[in-house]
Amino acid sequence: AFFWLVSLLLSSLIWFIAVKASDPHDEPLQKGLLIFGVMFSVLLQEAFRFLYYKLLRKAIEGLVALSEDGCSPISIQQMAYVAGVGFGLMSGAFSMINLLADALGPGTVGIHGDSQLYFLTSAFMTMVLIFLHTFWGILFFHGCENRRWWEIAAVVVMHLAVSGSTFCNPLYVGSLVPSYLLMAAAAVWAYLLSGGSAQNLRRFLLCK
Amino acid sequence: MTELSAHLPQFQHGQLTENFPDNHLSNTNDNSERRRHDNSERRRNDNPGSETNGQPQNNIQQVVEQDEEEDEELTLKYGAKHVIMLFVPVTLCMVVVVATIKSVSFYTRKDGQLIYTPFTEETETIGQRALNSILNAAIMISVIIVMTILLVVLYKYRCYKVIHGWLIISSLLLLFFFSFIYLGEVFKTYNVAMDYITVALMIWNFGVVGMICIHWKGPLRLQQAYLIMISALMALVFIKYLPEWTAWLILAVISVYDLVAVLCPKGPLRMLVETAQERNETLFPALIYSSTMVWLVNMAEEDPEAQRKASKNSTYDKQANQTQNEDAEADDGGFSQEWQQQRDNRIGPIESTPESRAAVQALPSNSQTSEDPEERGVKLGLGDFIFYSVLVGKASATASGDWNTTLACFVAILIGLCLTLLLLAIFKKALPALPISITFGLVFYFATDNLVQPFMDQLAFHQFYI
Repeated sequence: AFFWLVSLLLSSLIWFIAVKASDPHDEPLQKGLLIFGVMFSVLLQEAFRFLYYKLLRKAIEGLVALSEDGCSPISIQQMAYVAGVGFGLMSGAFSMINLLADALGPGTVGIHGDSQLYFLTSAFMTMVLIFLHTFWGILFFHGCENRRWWEIAAVVVMHLAVSGSTFCNPLYVGSLVPSYLLMAAAAVWAYLLSGGSAQNLRRFLLCK
Repeated sequence: MTELSAHLPQFQHGQLTENFPDNHLSNTNDNSERRRHDNSERRRNDNPGSETNGQPQNNIQQVVEQDEEEDEELTLKYGAKHVIMLFVPVTLCMVVVVATIKSVSFYTRKDGQLIYTPFTEETETIGQRALNSILNAAIMISVIIVMTILLVVLYKYRCYKVIHGWLIISSLLLLFFFSFIYLGEVFKTYNVAMDYITVALMIWNFGVVGMICIHWKGPLRLQQAYLIMISALMALVFIKYLPEWTAWLILAVISVYDLVAVLCPKGPLRMLVETAQERNETLFPALIYSSTMVWLVNMAEEDPEAQRKASKNSTYDKQANQTQNEDAEADDGGFSQEWQQQRDNRIGPIESTPESRAAVQALPSNSQTSEDPEERGVKLGLGDFIFYSVLVGKASATASGDWNTTLACFVAILIGLCLTLLLLAIFKKALPALPISITFGLVFYFATDNLVQPFMDQLAFHQFYI
């Protein structure tokens, strides 16, 4: 969570500088700058995920060296999961919390002509992002562990795609549907990477 | 409430200390002030007892050697557990403070300032305001320094009664008067009709149970709850009565002072610790939050003194509270660290009576080996709680980014706490708990408020997601 926060800080710093250096009344330019800010932020987030992976690797080495039986008390997969959840929670919290606070107060959604589904779609989008961050954490760490660069590249591309799809908001079909599809794909992929299989799933569901 | 400012309790900077001096008493109870995990530390402290103890050291050596390796592992293994044990109370305190700030408008209303900060911030020019806030912060810090030195002097000359009296008055004030005001404001906010008799009964019960729990004996959870409540009350008072720029400046300067007072050889806190070590006694019952009953450590001891120490332990937490209450914005920052160190290490009598001192010295050093590391708790000074809560509370009260800023400061403080605990495990000596967390918190507050907030605003407006 902390690493995500730092990446957010840096990306907003960049965006802020860009905005201050440009003309505030030029609408398309501002929107363009915002889009640039979003893309840059996505890249920065993934960079910080990588940094976090490096840090955790060092920590695991330390733990292994100190443990009695030569294996660490927490595996890298568990760490990947936790890292993903941390990123997701922080990103979700930052996206939603002001919305939630405002939702408590009086008001009408979309009274100025904007979409009336604003709160609903925000909630769904946030949820899908949190899940995605979790799965991306697992995929990313797995890719780093086994030196499969294409996995890492896939995660980055997916993140960019999801963020990019939100640019067509308020045309929610364009953003929510692809995001959920990507989430399903990432979920299956992460599940398979973590050692799951169709058989395990069946056994779990049938409570064997 | 300005008339109360004179009586405002001084807070103590909680300092997270890990008492680990090599020349330290090998007694289990050294330095109750120690805030950090005592377990590993204590084991390590099993090291050859200091000469002052006059205890046999040969048999200790072997114990020490095998202990050292175990200690290393234990430090890391239980380190995470201790971090969590501290996260929960710090989080609770912050949650209480933020919840109160958000709902009860009393604490964000400007009703005057304390006498410790005489200069107003409602000036015409920014330069004047900056100057005023610098002067305010300077006055506050000098009050704190003076009080710390006063405490060190009192301690050096063994005026224990004065200090105890001071602590008791502080906690009385905090438990009764401030909670009465708090309750009144909460009732006003929610428009609850209440009569004086019920209120009197409630406050009386709350206060008396609090005094008993904090200064004497009580269930651990209750004691912890009272400590958290007291820290929250104190933090709320600060948030209300410190003007903005002054508050941020004070936070920054106090963490620097903390650093200096604990680490410099001439620092008052350090002198206090050394004096206490020389005398082989615990420091005052400062405000310390303890996650477990420290007396468990003494379980291995058949020494009846241990029992006494045990009971004393539970009390020192209270005292810690008291001290907090008592000192308004005063010194103690450094002092409490010392105290905490002492306390933690000492696990012993709050009152430094000759018997307890003798008992402490009589304890064989290798008794520590029989301690169960699981039972050891972590200790954090209440001053730390207070300042963390002040930071987060101020962030939620005055930030334009509102919840984002509050959340960012919260995460920053917790990560700072983690890092401090880590450093403590590595360096194994008294460390101040404030600097890292407060620095992170301040950086994140200003950065989030000014940089992240407009960005997130724009993103939310267009419903872009990053």
